[in-house]
Order: sequence, then C-alpha cells, then structure tokens
Amino acid sequence: MLQQLEELKSNALQELASIADAAGLESWRVRYLGKKSALNAVLRGISCLPLNDRRAVGTLANQTKAALEDGLQQKELALREFDLAAIAGREAVDITLPGRPLPVGGIHPITRTIYEICDIFTSMGFQVVEGPEVEWDYYNFEALNIPEEHAARDTMATSWVDAETERGERHMLLRTHTTAVDPRVLETMELPIRVVTAGKVYRYEASDATHTPMFHQLDGLAVDKGITMADLKGTLYEFARRFFGEERRVRFRCDYFPFVEPGVEMAIECLVCRGAGCRLCGNSGWLEILGAGMTHPGVLERAGVDSQVYTSFAFGIGLERLPMLRHGIDDIRLFFGSDLRFLRQF
Amino acid sequence: MKVPLKWLQEYVAPSVPEDDLASKLTMAGIEVGERQAIGGSWEKIVVGQLVSVEPHPNADRLKLVTVDLGTEQLTVVCGDPTLKLGDKVPFAHVGATLIDGRSGEQFHLKSAKIRGIASQGMLCSEKELGISDSHEVIMVLPAEAPVGVPLADYLGDTVFDLDVTPNRPDCLSVIGIAREAAALTGQPIKINEPVYNEGGTPIERQVAIEIKAPDLCSRYCAGLITGIKIAESPPWLQQRLLACGMRPINNIVDVSNYVMLEYGQPLHAFDYNQIRGQKIIVRRANSDEIFVTLDGVERKLSQDMLVIADEQRAVALAGVMGGLDSEVSPNTTAILLESANFNPANIHHTSRLLWLTSEASMRYERGIRPELAVPALKRAIQLMLQMAGGEAAAGFIDVYPGRQEPTPILLSPELVTQLLGVEFSPDQIVTVLTSLGFNCERSASEIRVTPPYWRSDITIAADLVEEVARIIGYDRIPLTMLSRPIPKQDPKPIFRLKQQVMHSLVGYGFQEIICFSLTSREALNKAQTRADDDKPPLRLSNPMTTEQEFLRPSLRASILTALAANQRHEEGVIRLFEVGRVYLARPGDLPEEPEMVCGVMSGAGSKKSWHGEDRPVDFYDGKGVVEALFQQLGVAAKFEKGQDNGLHPTRQVAIAVNGQTIGVVGELHPEVAQAFEISVPTCLFEIDLSAVLPFASDHRMFQPIARFPAVVRDIALVVDKDTSNQQVTDIISSFPMVSQVAVFDVYSGAPVPVDKKSLAYRIRFQSIERTLTDEEVNDIQQQIMARLATELGVTLRN
Ligand SMILES: [Zn+2]
Repeated sequence: MLQQLEELKSNALQELASIADAAGLESWRVRYLGKKSALNAVLRGISCLPLNDRRAVGTLANQTKAALEDGLQQKELALREFDLAAIAGREAVDITLPGRPLPVGGIHPITRTIYEICDIFTSMGFQVVEGPEVEWDYYNFEALNIPEEHAARDTMATSWVDAETERGERHMLLRTHTTAVDPRVLETMELPIRVVTAGKVYRYEASDATHTPMFHQLDGLAVDKGITMADLKGTLYEFARRFFGEERRVRFRCDYFPFVEPGVEMAIECLVCRGAGCRLCGNSGWLEILGAGMTHPGVLERAGVDSQVYTSFAFGIGLERLPMLRHGIDDIRLFFGSDLRFLRQF
Repeated sequence: MKVPLKWLQEYVAPSVPEDDLASKLTMAGIEVGERQAIGGSWEKIVVGQLVSVEPHPNADRLKLVTVDLGTEQLTVVCGDPTLKLGDKVPFAHVGATLIDGRSGEQFHLKSAKIRGIASQGMLCSEKELGISDSHEVIMVLPAEAPVGVPLADYLGDTVFDLDVTPNRPDCLSVIGIAREAAALTGQPIKINEPVYNEGGTPIERQVAIEIKAPDLCSRYCAGLITGIKIAESPPWLQQRLLACGMRPINNIVDVSNYVMLEYGQPLHAFDYNQIRGQKIIVRRANSDEIFVTLDGVERKLSQDMLVIADEQRAVALAGVMGGLDSEVSPNTTAILLESANFNPANIHHTSRLLWLTSEASMRYERGIRPELAVPALKRAIQLMLQMAGGEAAAGFIDVYPGRQEPTPILLSPELVTQLLGVEFSPDQIVTVLTSLGFNCERSASEIRVTPPYWRSDITIAADLVEEVARIIGYDRIPLTMLSRPIPKQDPKPIFRLKQQVMHSLVGYGFQEIICFSLTSREALNKAQTRADDDKPPLRLSNPMTTEQEFLRPSLRASILTALAANQRHEEGVIRLFEVGRVYLARPGDLPEEPEMVCGVMSGAGSKKSWHGEDRPVDFYDGKGVVEALFQQLGVAAKFEKGQDNGLHPTRQVAIAVNGQTIGVVGELHPEVAQAFEISVPTCLFEIDLSAVLPFASDHRMFQPIARFPAVVRDIALVVDKDTSNQQVTDIISSFPMVSQVAVFDVYSGAPVPVDKKSLAYRIRFQSIERTLTDEEVNDIQQQIMARLATELGVTLRN
C-alpha cells in the first residue's frame, strides 16, 4: 500500500513535468486529484484499513495529496506566465513611433504676462478693471496734468480718431497709456480704491525692432487715507520679487511723470550682467521696468477726490519689455506677427 | 543735454569721484546716459610746437615739419599749407590710435616713408582725434598749451550725456546741472556776476522795443554792441560747443550758444544794421505771412504764431529760429542781442505746426523763467566784448509785462511724512531746500518756502516733498505694505470670462494670437464682415500708413491674414484664436468696444503621418468647438440659420443666447477664402463676449444625480430629406421622462427612398423618483412616434 502510494506520487509528478498546456493540466488534475482518482480512493478507504496501518497510510496519503496539489499550483503559475509572455510577444509594438497627435494650443506671451502680473496684484487686494481704448483727450491727457501743448505730449505721439463729436473741443484719440483709466476710476469708484488695469495702448509711431504702433501696458492705482511712498515702494518691491525672483536687486530713483509727485522709476538689476554693465542695459547695470509715483493732487482734485484727506499712488508698466527680457526676444514686432513658429515657443 | 565735466567744475567742485556723481545725478532724477571720455584713446599723443617748416624735396604740396616735443624734436611730412612756425599742434607718435579722416575707421599709426622721406609721427586733425568732423586742416592748439604734455592731460575731459525730464528746463544748462551737483555733494556753487564796461550811447537812444502780444511774451531784454569784428571763436570755446554737440560758426553766434548752454537761456543776435527803423516789435504773425528762417526754408506763418519784427518785416520766429536776412554775417559790425521769454505752449504749438525744433524752442516750450533773461544777457555781452571787441551800449532794454512776484509755498513737515512714509526733521528739510537755492522761513509748524527764480517746476507742496526725497535719496524711504483693509471689490467679470474662454480654447488646441487693432480698407473688404453693411468703421485722422487706417469692427480680417500666413509654412491642423475688442462707432460718443473672441480652424488634410491623414475640417468641427465652449461656460446657446456674408451660405449658424444673436460659426465663404488665399477648408467663429457676459454666471445650483437606472432605447427613423435634426429632437425631448436624446446615425441611400433620409436616435428615459417599467417606456415611445408621424411625417425604419 505504502509503496503503491510512493509510485503514484512519483508517476504523477513525472507526468506533471511534461504537461505543456491548460487542458493537459486539467486532465492530470482529474486523474490524480479528482473524485475518482486512485489517491482519493485510498483516502476514502483508510477507515477500512486495519488500525495498525491507518496512521502510516493516512499520513503518506495526505502528504502525497499535498505534494500533488502543490505541484499543480506551481504548474498553473508556470503555464500562466508562459501564456502571458506569449501574448506580450505577439502584441509588441514599436514604442519609438510617435503617439497620435493632439492639437496643442497656447496663450500669447503678452496675455500670459498680464495674467501673471494681475495675479500678483490681486493677491495684494487690487482688483482688475477695464477702460476704453478709444478715449477722450480729457482722460488721456488733461485729467492727468497734460494740457494742450505740454511738452510731455511729444513723448506720446498720438493717433487721433476722425470722428465728429457733439462735445466739441473734446477730441477722440487712441489712448497712449493705460493711465487714462485712472481718472475714470477716480470719478466713478467708491473710495478707498485699489485697482489694476491692463490693455492695449497706441502711439503714432512707425514699426521697428523696439517700437510698434500698438503695445500693452498695465497700470495700478491705490487711493486711501494714509497711503505713502513707502507703501508704493513696498508694493512694487513685492511685485518685482515675485515676478523677477527673490535675489534680484531693485532700485528706485526720481523720475518725472506729469500725473505724479513725487515721481519714481523702478529698475531691476540687469538680467544678463547682474549689475556689471552690458549691451542690454546700456552699461548701466539696471533695467528700467516701470514708472510710478504719488498721484498728483491736481489729478485727485480734478476727479473729485479730496487730496487733503486721501493720498494715492499709481504705477505703470510696459508689458512687452518683460517677456522680451525674460525670453531674450529681440524684436517687439514678433508679438503681433501671429507666427506659430514664434508663439509656440512660449 | 551734454555737459563736459571741466566746464561743470568751473561752478562747483563735486567732492566725489565721477562714477559717484553720475550715480547721484541719476538717482536724483537726471539720468546720466552715455559718458564720453574725450581723449580716452589719446595714448602717445602730445602737445608739440612747430620749430621748422621746410618744403618736401620730392613733392610740391607736402612739407617737412619739425616739431619740438620738449624732450626731443621729430620731423614729419605734412600736407597742411596753413601751418606756421610756432603753431602748437597735437603730435601722434608711431603706435598711437587715430581715426581715419576719410573712412572714419580706427587705425594704429605706423612709421612710413612719404615720397622717400621717413615721417616719424603725425600731426592730427580734429577728426583724427575724434573731436569733430573737421579734417581739412591740422588742429591748432591755444598758444598757452604746454609743449610735451600728453594731449589727454591738456584737452581730455569727460562729457556726461544727461537725460533731462521735461519739467526741468533749468537743467538744460551747465549751471543748472552744477546746482544739482552742488546740492547732491554738499558743495557750494560759485557763479560770478558778469562785469563789463558799457561805454557807449545809452541803448534807449539806439533801439526801441514794443511788445504787442504780452500774453505770448512776458519779457524782452536787449543789449547792443557796436564796432565788433566777426571772427572765429577761440579754440577752447569751439571745443566746448563741439563737446556739447553744437557746431561753431563765428564768435557772436558761438557766444550766444555758449551762454545758452551755460545758463539755459536762449539768446539771439541780430545784425543791428538789418533792423529797419531801429525798432523791435514783438507781434503775432499776419495770416499767411511768409518768412525765411536762417536754415533757408521759406515758411508760411499763421496768426497764432509769434514773430520778432522790425518796422517792415519779421526778423525772427520768436523762440524758435532767427531769420535769414537779419542773421549775423561776416560783415556785421553791430549786433542787437535778444534775451527774452515766450509763452511755452505757444512756442510748442509753433514748433509743432512748422515741424521745426531748435535748442531754443526746446528750452522755451519747457517753460524757462523770465528772471533768467538778464543774467544771461549780461554774461553774453561780457563774452562778446572779449571775443569780438566793440563797445557795449550803456544799459539794456527790459520790457517786462509778465512780471510775477514769486509765490511762497507753505510746507509742513507732517506733509513730508504723510507722503513719504518716513519722518525728516524740519532742519533736514530746510538744509536740503536751502542747498538747492530755495529760501526757507521757519515758523512753529510750517516752513515758508520760496523757490529760486530758475525753478519753474515748483508750484505745490508736493513738489517740495519730491525735492527733499530726491536729494536725501529715495533709498531712505522704507518698504512697507498697504496696511488698510482691502477695499470693497466690485468685480467686472469680463476679465474672468475672457480668461475662461482662453483656457477652454487652448484646451481644444487653439493658439492665441494678438493682432493690431488698426487695419486697412482692403482687409476689411476682403473679410466681407457685416459691419460693412450698417456703419462705416472708425478711421484715424492721421494714419501712418493705409495698412493701419481703420479701427477694426471685426477680428476676422486679421485672423484670416494670420491663418493664410501660417499656412505657408505649417502643415496639417492650424487652430488660432484672438480675444480682443472691436470698435463700433456711436454718434457723438466714444465707440462701443465689445470684447470679442474669434477663432479659425483649418485642417490641411495633407500632413503625412503614420497614423493616416488628417480629415479636412468641416462645419461640424467648428460647431463642436462652440458647443463645447458654451457648455463649459454654462451658457445655453441656440443655433439658428445664419446669414453672415463672410461665411458659407448653407454651412453656417448664428449663435443665440436668450433670444439675442451673439455670434456665428461656420465654414468660410469660398470667396472670402479665395480673397485671403486660403485654399483648404476652414471654419471660423466669432462671438461677442460682452453680450455673453450677463448669462455666464458662476451661480449654478446642484442637480441630484439620478438614483434610478435609465432605460435606453435606440430608434431609427425615416424622415423627409429637409427635415432637420433639431425638429426631431425638439419633439422627442419635449416628452416627460426623456432625459437625453442624441442622434447617432445619419444615412441616406438605398433602401431609404431618394426623398428621405434615415436618422437614428438613442433616447434615455429616466425618472428621479423611481425605476421606470418597460410598459411605461413603451407607452411614452409610442406617444413620441405618434407625434413625430403627425407633425413631421416620420416613420420607423423597418
Ligand atoms: Zn546688463
């Protein structure tokens, strides 16, 4: 009996080794481990055996069953791995071929710059407002202390709109700076105010590598009790820190704009030479980034804001210059050329 | 404004190195740009004196010149016939770097044989030294030039090129900059009162001045010098003019220019003998008065321009330019010297209308002060007597209708703190202002400040605050953050809507472009936009080119131009969009400026790829983009038959929101495509975002997700050929329990009759309250079929 079991085990395992597919394995299982198998018959017949033999036969029969089941499991595993490998081999592809293309869109670098700067200022409590691009002479110039024949008008060559107006002496023009939105904001919004506005501005100028008749600016205005130039410096410094990076040095110097007093120009350390002087910065080591100042009392009063009670600061940033500096773009006309070979780079 | 430092140092001795001075001026508002070093490259060039001039043995036109250099004497060959024994000249040793007189290129001087004679160096012209363009003659140095000394030590200088802001005409002068330098470096300024002998006949007996337009001429001063001799100015004066970018002419003109550069006051010298009637009349020009300015150009004047005239005719365009026939000539023996003050706006106006700017007009239009007229006049007379001899008439004429007493400004130290956010003591404030020439009287709480006469830019207390801040230094102002509560937000959500639209379109593979708002008549015609029909587009009154003449009433022309341009180098799918304003004229008011989005998509269908070729774009691609966009915006858009001239007549729809048409989408009209040279199928959409804005609310209420399963039925219908999908879906979706209806097949051809087509729909029936039974659904479906049959003659297929 015991010997029969040993033989059964060795035959079964030998046979198992030569099985190559799932069907063979199943018939093997039925033959050796199924209900009608010899081993099962032995196990069922144990109770009929003499008491003396029961233990030895029972032990060996159970060991044999365990061995066969173990062998079955391993064989199953081996066969599955083999099958998977076969499938993988059959289904292999050239993984170096390109994927099915999706059309890839993108935001214009100027728009991206506007969003980035607006995000910085909105996080400081400024809200984004808009104003007209076709504007009255009054808002673009007079309300900002730039009357007719003021020398400052020469620096902002103006495109005039050919339109009959009932308002007579008030001429229509393409705004030369987004600062034109400031007097409108002062006239209409409730105090205190913190706003930024971004958009297109126009100059009567021929195109070249550094000029286009249309470009973009962003202006900011804050009006409240107790606003100081220290607040202006702090706000602009925060902007520069976030936009140009923590390490970049910032310089504030006196400058003149008719609508602010005192006036400020902010420059950052040159992106190329870091202050040593190079062609980009005209050997000064600094790059002018924006103009700003404490809003001139005349501008506030003209718009009905009491300059004895409220103080205010304003700033204006040319937007093309920033991506030009950041990406090393050497021709401003590229922004408005709609060339995908340019735009897709950003 | 160019300022040679040696000149500046005549008035102030800045205690700091050149770099620091440049930096201080820049920080204080007068930006130092280029810094030109005169003589920076003058190595191996020294002052020499001619000790012999002999003819060249082999050339008639050349000379052998021996030059004493102090320690040695060298002989060179020279072609300048005007050189005399004893002249002092710049001598370049072999190895010196010079500028070639003809080509303007730098070169290194080598020893050379000229016509058989060795030349051991070279005598230099001004051009060869880089001082001026003069190359005809060798530069002759003043007699006091020390022989043997390096030329750079004797003539070298640094010239600051300053960017003076329009509010500071006083800084368009060497003395003005000296005053700034003095205040910034804590040094005193020294300006000598000009003195001269005035021995002649009292001026009143020789000339009369009348101001007929006192609103345009606040002051007119004149001096008179007789018996002068016109000649060249001395070299030092010529050098200074050249360093400042002005060309020397003769001693009288040069002195007027020199004093203008020194004091900032324009001066004009008339040939006294050309002033008819010995009378100067300051008057408005007659209309169409013809006047020839000294640049020889004949100009037609108008009544709003001011002229200086004698009894018969205009002799100068006031404050802008003198006249040709009264200018100082080599034969002039007596001059009338004008030092006047004119209305800045009027000078600006005249100069702008005539396209004529000058050093004088530039100063007048920025508003120099009338007080400047007398000191500058005296200084000019002093120098003219020195340079041109003659005799000054006794006294000078001073007609001063615009005299204004200086107005003191009250400045409280609190205002300084209030504006700057940092406290300066009254002592500090007074010290700064005094150093700039302001007169300060202190009381308990305020400082009474009277600006010096040369400062035309100081009118209010805030101006004084800037003076304090810029001299003490903007660096001294701390950095603080706005500390008050954030103001009430009153959002204008168009900015957010634009951002949403852009992000959606970028997600659909569109690239944003930005085009010029100005366009040409031709481009507008090509796009055949609807705006052509109603209102003409706004035109500029001064267009730079016809390409940039009209404000665009639609974004289409520019985006189609951009598409065509990109198709020249781009294969396959191109998707572009622009978000921008269009300008629609309104009578008597600013135009309306709605924010628009315009997109184009074209698939060339020719891009070779291993995935197969792209399918050409059609109407449904464009409509799909618009549908997706409105779904993302949460705006219910309806599509109606479109009538847009620029789009394909039968492959376009108008987009309607809340019953109002707010845009279009469709295939490009074949003629428009041809006009823009677009050869592949193209879809275009244009949507008025300002009109969408009121409906693009973020306020959406949550809808519970249905808990009960949907019953899905597919039905294939046979309908008349011209029945639209919309007609069918409108009926189906009007039934209760129909939660969704979608067309999934469109078919025509056998076995469907020729005048019919087949549409297949998948309908989802769903209740939010319970599970629907088959019987219920069957019942609804029968009702649907019945209505489709009666209203549209629809039958079930098979
Ligand atoms: Zn640099």
